[in-house]
Amino acid sequence: MLRFSLRRRCHAPDTIRQMEPLQIGVLAVQGNFREHAAMLRTLGADVTEVRKPEQLEGLDGLVLPGGESTTFTRLMGLYGLDEAIRSFDRPVFGTCAGMIVLDRSHLGLVDIHVRRNAFGRQLASFETDLDVAGIDGPMRAVFIRAPWIEDAGDGVEILASVDDHPVVARDGRFLVASFHPELTDDTRLHQLFLDAVRAARGVGEPHLRLATGQEVDDVLAQPELRAAGG
Amino acid sequence: MTEHGTMRVKSGLAEMLKGGVIMDVVNAEQAKIAEEAGACAVMALERVPADIRVDGGVARMSDPDMIKGIQAAVTIPVMAKCRIGHFAEAQVLEALDVDYIDESEVLTPADNLHHVNKWDFKVPFVCGATNLGEALRRIAEGAAMIRSKGEAGTGDVSNAVTHMRSITGGIRRLVSLRDDELYTEAKNLQAPLELVQWVAANGRLPVVMFTAGGIATPADASLCMQLGADGVFVGSGIFKSGDPEKRARAIVEATTHYMDADVVARVSAGLGEAMVGIATSTLGASDLLESRGW
Repeated sequence: MLRFSLRRRCHAPDTIRQMEPLQIGVLAVQGNFREHAAMLRTLGADVTEVRKPEQLEGLDGLVLPGGESTTFTRLMGLYGLDEAIRSFDRPVFGTCAGMIVLDRSHLGLVDIHVRRNAFGRQLASFETDLDVAGIDGPMRAVFIRAPWIEDAGDGVEILASVDDHPVVARDGRFLVASFHPELTDDTRLHQLFLDAVRAARGVGEPHLRLATGQEVDDVLAQPELRAAGG
Repeated sequence: MTEHGTMRVKSGLAEMLKGGVIMDVVNAEQAKIAEEAGACAVMALERVPADIRVDGGVARMSDPDMIKGIQAAVTIPVMAKCRIGHFAEAQVLEALDVDYIDESEVLTPADNLHHVNKWDFKVPFVCGATNLGEALRRIAEGAAMIRSKGEAGTGDVSNAVTHMRSITGGIRRLVSLRDDELYTEAKNLQAPLELVQWVAANGRLPVVMFTAGGIATPADASLCMQLGADGVFVGSGIFKSGDPEKRARAIVEATTHYMDADVVARVSAGLGEAMVGIATSTLGASDLLESRGW
């Protein structure tokens, strides 16, 4: 109701658009897309499952989930999703298999070389407390037949490592992690991604400044508006 | 603290397999065909269920050399089967570093009363189930993934459909019950109360559920996905058909695009001969695999 009343009274459509939920696609050809979608929704995003290129249209950001990278590669190639993702110019977050398909030898979008199944087979899978740069306090990180970053270009920022092997990194608009934040309740890495998406959409902080120069919070506090909205 | 083999780590791999196809393979060549077709994992076994059915006799865990050969041939997860209740076979498979163990009714049961205590293992297990109570009993024993049993090696999807409807229908029923009715329902299901309450609260099993048994066509895969499966196992259906490579690719594509009938129609065309089927209604009670396990 408040959003509706703002729309009607303030005549600031661009600002209002910036307040609307972020449109996030999750690659859904195979793998753990449902949990990513659920986590993104709890953070307020609108989620689209992406199986074909046209489903990328209008998205503010894209998540490439965990799964089997060989399966992803084949199914992306069938419908030209690989080319479509290469030309997608918004922030992208890849986890596990999603990180693999972004590397130099797959889609070639992130300046890293990823070693598949680097920690070993399933018996070597583990969960651990992981410190990630930019996130306050450790994350419980679940690694499943996980890869690590074998080599990274100069522009790549390493955000976390396990036994000196980089496992979380940022390269411009790309965020990659070799573990599965979507398997826990910890939303902080997804929030970090959504912050980047929001920034790329042209909105810095939730404290929006309206075209009138007023802070949104101040406008919302006006008694007449609250009455209209309520 | 770093931990291996937690339930989250075990069920986590199943989560990654979702939306995918797991294919039975009997040698490295078939495993490579499966991987190239887009399988998310392979099941390494000496004989596919259709052959086990024909050969008769006792079906056991596969030769470790054969499993190692397949592990060396592909990079996707490799699963292998142990007999129901045969925890020593399971120990061998864990020592071989397989990615998942299928405690399977396709092999001849080793224990007529007890399944493997799967909590004793760091390697995850998938188990078959024909109804909700059976699925929850397996999860109580530590299974990190469930598959509907179907009737393996027949190419007849009807039992898989029956089991899927039974499990998903059972879940819908639990959701509709009052809290104070769940105690008796747990008794009726012969399943632990805590799991019954969890399912009632969440509307799904606490682990991933695939379909298995009798899937032979892309439309079969689409059917099972639409009935609520998270993915499909295809056993004899691929390598007992006329053109395994093409059929494997088609079933993978149909599993991803199961809601898109245009895609399923396109990939269903020109697949050559499907496996020769056996209608499960013609099988005697002693030939049914689904009644193994309890």
